[in-house]
Amino acid sequence: MRRIVLTVYALLAFAAPAFAVLPSEQLSDPKLEARARHISQELRCVVCQNQTIDDSDAPLAHDLRVILRERLLAGDSDDQAKAYLVKRYGTYVLLKPPFQENTLLLWLGPFFVLGIGGVLVVSYLLGRSRLEAAPQLSTDERARLDDLLKPDAAE
Amino acid sequence: MNRALALIPVGLFVALIVTFYFALGRDPTKIPSVLINKPLPAFSLPGVEAGTPGLRSSDVRGQPMLLNVFGSWCISCVQEHPMLMELAHEGVVIDGIDWRDEAIDGAKWLNQNGNPYARVGNDRTGRTGIDLGVTGAPETFVVDAKGRVRYKQIGPIDADTWNNTIAPLLRKLRSES
Repeated sequence: MRRIVLTVYALLAFAAPAFAVLPSEQLSDPKLEARARHISQELRCVVCQNQTIDDSDAPLAHDLRVILRERLLAGDSDDQAKAYLVKRYGTYVLLKPPFQENTLLLWLGPFFVLGIGGVLVVSYLLGRSRLEAAPQLSTDERARLDDLLKPDAAE
Repeated sequence: MNRALALIPVGLFVALIVTFYFALGRDPTKIPSVLINKPLPAFSLPGVEAGTPGLRSSDVRGQPMLLNVFGSWCISCVQEHPMLMELAHEGVVIDGIDWRDEAIDGAKWLNQNGNPYARVGNDRTGRTGIDLGVTGAPETFVVDAKGRVRYKQIGPIDADTWNNTIAPLLRKLRSES
């Protein structure tokens, strides 16, 4: 049993992840290719929605990867190459949405909710400290309470 | 005071439900076009057959019309095709882009199914489609007389989208021009 498990792990160590990027698409300059890979991991495949164009096997994702590499070869910066696709497909293709008018709620919403939570916590703590300041027991009451809490001698 | 505070989570919950109700009902495959109210990007495509004129962006203007993106490989296009034939028969001007397709396949497809298009351009590489922000076929742009995109239909035009969306828009654009 143990041998089987070890064999499986050994085999897994040699398994390479499957890439959608075909060798024919890759640039010969490793630096440019690395940049292209990095950018394409931030771009959404417009056909398959929740995959990056780096991951997707869709023909259109292939086209977009090739275009991206062409832009880089033409001397575009990373931002310029991204802007080229944003101009055609909108900010929708950016997996990291930019901070703009229609994403205000997305970016600021968590802070808003955190603020409300903070207000609730503070008001709860204030309420509790008010309870602690409630009138103390009188000496008589204290003595009676002690009497009641005393362990029963019979037990 | 405290009771009012206690209502805040309830209010947030209701707001969340309302947001989900509208946001989850949206079809995420329908990406809004960035071309709305903008002119078509310039393109010049060859025809699908020798001797046919092809299609330039400057052709798609002069009157409100449709620009339909199709391909011989596209299954939904077959479904949409009778609708386009009928519209062309009624006098709606439709130009076509044969997208990501060999010209000869596009030509064969049109010969087989009928040709509803005034002009057809072959976009073999798919680059013109990408310039137009096309995410799949069929897609149809409604273009006004000045050559500006006014609406994009993603997916086939069915009787419902035609009657409720595109036909009223074309009527409005005709009264504008």
